[in-house]
Amino acid sequence: MKSGVLRDLAVGAVLVALLLVLPILFPKPALRDFLIYVMAYGLLAMSLNLLVGLTGLVSFGHAAFFASGAYMFGLLMQSGTVGIPVAMLATVGGTAVLALVIGAICVRLKEIYFSFITLAFQMFIHSIILTWVSLTGGDQGLRGGIPRPPFLGIDLNDAMTLYVFCVVVFILCIAIMRQVWRSPFGFTLRMIRDNPTRANFLGADVVRVKLGIFVLAGSMASVGGVLLALFVSGAYPEFGFWTTSGEAIFMIMLGGSQLFIGPVIGAVLLRLLDHFVTIYTDHHGLVLGAVILVIVLGLRQGVADYIVDWLERRRETRAAAASVASEKGAA
Amino acid sequence: MNLEALASCLSTSACAVTQVSTALIIGMLLFMVASGLSLIFGVLGVINFAHGAFYMVGAYFAYAAYQATESFAVAFLAGALGVGLIGILFERFIMSRVYGKDVLMQLLVCYAAILIFDDLVKIIAGPEYKMMGMPEAFALPPLEFGGGFVPAYYVFMILASLAIGIGLWLAIEKTRLGKIVRALAINPPMVSALGINTTMLYAGVFGVGSLLAGIAGALAAPTRTLTPGMGLSILIESFIVTVIGGMGSIVGALIAALLIGFTRAFGAIGFPLFVDGLMFAMMALVLILKPSGLLGREPAR
Repeated sequence: MKSGVLRDLAVGAVLVALLLVLPILFPKPALRDFLIYVMAYGLLAMSLNLLVGLTGLVSFGHAAFFASGAYMFGLLMQSGTVGIPVAMLATVGGTAVLALVIGAICVRLKEIYFSFITLAFQMFIHSIILTWVSLTGGDQGLRGGIPRPPFLGIDLNDAMTLYVFCVVVFILCIAIMRQVWRSPFGFTLRMIRDNPTRANFLGADVVRVKLGIFVLAGSMASVGGVLLALFVSGAYPEFGFWTTSGEAIFMIMLGGSQLFIGPVIGAVLLRLLDHFVTIYTDHHGLVLGAVILVIVLGLRQGVADYIVDWLERRRETRAAAASVASEKGAA
Repeated sequence: MNLEALASCLSTSACAVTQVSTALIIGMLLFMVASGLSLIFGVLGVINFAHGAFYMVGAYFAYAAYQATESFAVAFLAGALGVGLIGILFERFIMSRVYGKDVLMQLLVCYAAILIFDDLVKIIAGPEYKMMGMPEAFALPPLEFGGGFVPAYYVFMILASLAIGIGLWLAIEKTRLGKIVRALAINPPMVSALGINTTMLYAGVFGVGSLLAGIAGALAAPTRTLTPGMGLSILIESFIVTVIGGMGSIVGALIAALLIGFTRAFGAIGFPLFVDGLMFAMMALVLILKPSGLLGREPAR
């Protein structure tokens, strides 16, 4: 266990170093923007995977919390009464309460019914955003920009500072989620995914545990929304539309749901795919659709999951071959 | 919010009749799409997220056939049968590979199909909006009901979908084949053990479900603008309908589709921005109180 923590810390440090060095090596703003997008959507996808991959709860409405993060943060900053750190904490707290209310209703339902009710709540929130024009700006989104007053000597109006800030927040959230992924709580979640009845017999309060992870995942998604709102200096109803949830699910499936970092890999792949396909062809949907079909029908799992499985199989066959060889040598 | 407008519309019979006819055509189209979705889910246990795309393809087939032959009957058949065939091929070559896999795999496969169909339509028919126009046969004066006027085609559309719905219900409840299909929904191995080719039956049911989406598309073509993305909104609405009505229930789908039709038609006057919100609120309410839907059979909890 201890070596696991050390390894996680090492991987985290390498990741931070990589994310910080990349824009220095390639000082184009486009790369920085790309990475901020990947981090914001990566947080959305990873937090959703706490539900999908870890607990087996397929939520179709996770983007509701992404949007709630963006809007709450934007509105708090526009009110001009609080600084960025306080606004962020209040946003995460507020979204957690929202997720608690929605989750308390949703987690009692099973399978596809859970998916549908989360979708219903998300679309409900989306139409509130569209309807409450005086507060949210309706379909135009939150206009007027989101101010970024300096705090503790950090001025986020500088592009590089903003980038570093995003990296730090991103890594912090990843660390929290990694902790959950490895904790006894995380293993309880896996048990609920694989056999809820047994989990219940062993004394786990299934509804309560599910609600716990639902709230946590919602809060983490809101941080993704905050990062995106901070970056684009606005919030738009599309953040909470069902297509955003669909994209997050797609990232998970593309990357892989059983590897912790899989969804982020999926986010990178999807963004790259989007980017290059639009450069080379107008028929973006045709290519993307074909790629999905190949992955789903060919690999039958996410790319990262496939690679992990493939490496494992290779190691096993090698081990088998080695043992056969050593037996022959002994004989 | 403009509830006065809603009240004043309801108090004049002309406006009320117009809105009721709008509600009925929205409801019946939704019923066609949703009953196909519901049938496929009820028997095969998969959710065909590509159903909206099938609706769109049906509309485009009807449009193309109408351009070529000027005959609405041919256009209708082209939409219905063309999409039915596509449904069978889709089931055989793609969907059948993800049976029994988790719902995410089915979702992704269908998402891929939606992207591909949308783009194919864009390539073949062009990205611009298309109007089929009212067929010659229906160039009749509008019919009058209590002071309000309803186009003849609307009346035809409502009656045709009602007839198809009743036919479908009779086929499932009263015929031998319907009995087999119902048995297939409950116990496939047993049906198979009795010497019935379940693979063919699955493809057939999927084909009929798609056919219904194609019919909806063909019926909608004269009254709607055709765009490559037209399938998405009807897909979401037919989900609401299947959830409210109960998955696998044809009668439930009809009731729920009419409910949504009326919500849309009258909400458009009273609270245009919150129509979607209200529909999803109803769906959430049904899921909380009775997750299996109004007329769904199996308990969901």
